[in-house]
Amino acid sequence: MDVALMVDSLPRLARGMLTTFELVALSGVAGVLLAVPVALARVSRRAWVRAVPLGYIFFLRGTPLLVQIFLVYYGLGQFETVRESFLWPVLREAYWCAIIAFSLNTSAYTAEILRGAIQAVPPGEVEAARALGMPRAMAMRRIVLPRAVRMALPAYGNEVILMLKGSALASTITLLDLTGAARTIIAKTYKPLEIFLAAGVLYLLMTFVIVRLVRWAERRLAPPAGSRS
Amino acid sequence: MIPDLHGFGPVLLEGTLMTVRLAVASCAVGIVLGLLGAGAKLSASPILRAVGGIYSTVLRGIPELLVVLMIYFGASTVLMAAARPFGHAGYIELSPFVAGVTALGLTFGAYATEVFRGAIQAIPPDQAEAARALGMGRGLTFRRVILPQVWRLALPGLGNLFMVLLKDTALISVIGLEELMRMTAFAVGRTKEPFTFYLAAALIYLLLTALTTLALAAMERRAGRGHGRR
Repeated sequence: MDVALMVDSLPRLARGMLTTFELVALSGVAGVLLAVPVALARVSRRAWVRAVPLGYIFFLRGTPLLVQIFLVYYGLGQFETVRESFLWPVLREAYWCAIIAFSLNTSAYTAEILRGAIQAVPPGEVEAARALGMPRAMAMRRIVLPRAVRMALPAYGNEVILMLKGSALASTITLLDLTGAARTIIAKTYKPLEIFLAAGVLYLLMTFVIVRLVRWAERRLAPPAGSRS
Repeated sequence: MIPDLHGFGPVLLEGTLMTVRLAVASCAVGIVLGLLGAGAKLSASPILRAVGGIYSTVLRGIPELLVVLMIYFGASTVLMAAARPFGHAGYIELSPFVAGVTALGLTFGAYATEVFRGAIQAIPPDQAEAARALGMGRGLTFRRVILPQVWRLALPGLGNLFMVLLKDTALISVIGLEELMRMTAFAVGRTKEPFTFYLAAALIYLLLTALTTLALAAMERRAGRGHGRR
C-alpha cells in the first residue's frame, strides 16, 4: 500500500471533487427547474396534459445514463444543422454536454418524486384552500407545493446521491471529475488500488455530507413542535 | 422510428444478448450477497452486524463506475500480489465479464441487503416464535418459515434493483466487455453515425426495461398467490 502516493494525489483528487460538485450542483438546480413543470403536467386535470410528459419520463428513466450522455456528446454532432448553429460552441464542450445529460436525467426522476408528493397532499387541505376562495393556481402555490416539497425531501435526498454517483460517468467523455482525476493519476502511476480507494473514500465523504444536509433541511422545513401538520 | 442500421443489426443483437447474460449473472450473485448481507445485519453477533453495515453503506455510497474500475484494475494487483509467493510472476487479468459480474453483483447485493432486511423484518415475529416453540432450530426456522415468505415481500424491491442493474450493465463497456454499448460504439466507429446508433441502443434498452416490467408484474402476481386483496 503506497500511502505517500495517496497523500500526494490528494490535491488533484480534490480538484476533481470540485468538478464533481459543480456537475451535481448545476445539473441538480437545472433538473429541479425542469422537473416542476413536468410534475405539474403529470397531475393536471386534463388527460392530454398528463400524457404529454409520459414519453419524456419513460425514455429518461428507461435508458442508461451512459447512453444519454453519449447521445448528447457524440450524437448531436451528427447533424449539420446542430454543428452550424449558434449552440455548437456549447454542445461541443464535454462539460456542458454532461450537464445537459445529467439535468435531463435527474429531472425525470425528480418529476416523478414530486408528482408522488403532490398526490400525497391530503385532498381536504386543497378543498379547504378552495373553500377559502383561493383560485386553483394559488392553492397549488401556497398550499400544495410547500407541503409536497417537504414530503418529497427524503426521496429527493436519495436522488441527489444517485446523481453524485452518476456524475462519475462524466469521466467517460474526458472530463476530469473525481473519477476522471483518479483515472489520469492511475494512467501515470499504475497504482489503481490506492488511487481508486482514495477516490472511493472521497465519494463516501460527499455522500455523508449530502445525507447530513438533507436531514438538516428536513428539520428546518418541519413544522414547529406542537403545531399540527 | 426504426433507424437504418447499415447491416449492424446482428452486431447489436449479439451485444444485447451479452447485456442480458451479464444482468442475469450479476443478479444471481447479488441476490446471494444480499441474503448474506441481510443475515449479517440481523445476526446476534455485533461483528457480523458491523460487517453487513459497512458493506451496504460503502457500496451504496460510491459510484458504480468506480466499483467497476476498482474491481477490474484493482483485482489484478491484488491477485498478482497473492500469486507471487506461490512462484507465479506473470500478469494476471480478470476477464471483463467476471469483473463486471463481480462489480455489479457487489453493488446489487448492497442494495438487496436492505431490501431483504426489510422483508425479513416485515414477517411477524410471532411466526418465528411459534416455529421455535414447535422445537425448530434457528436455522430450520429461517429456512422453512422465514425464507419462503421473503421472496414475496422482497420481490417488488428486487424488481426495482434489477431495472437499475440492467441500465448499469452499460458501464461494463468501459472495461471492454462486448455488450450492447460496446457493440454500438463499434458500429459508430464504422459508420460515423453516433446519433442513429446510440438512439438504437437506447430503444433496445427501453425494450429490455419494458419487457422486464411485464415479467416482474407476472412474477409478483405469482408470488402473491393466496395473498390476494383482503
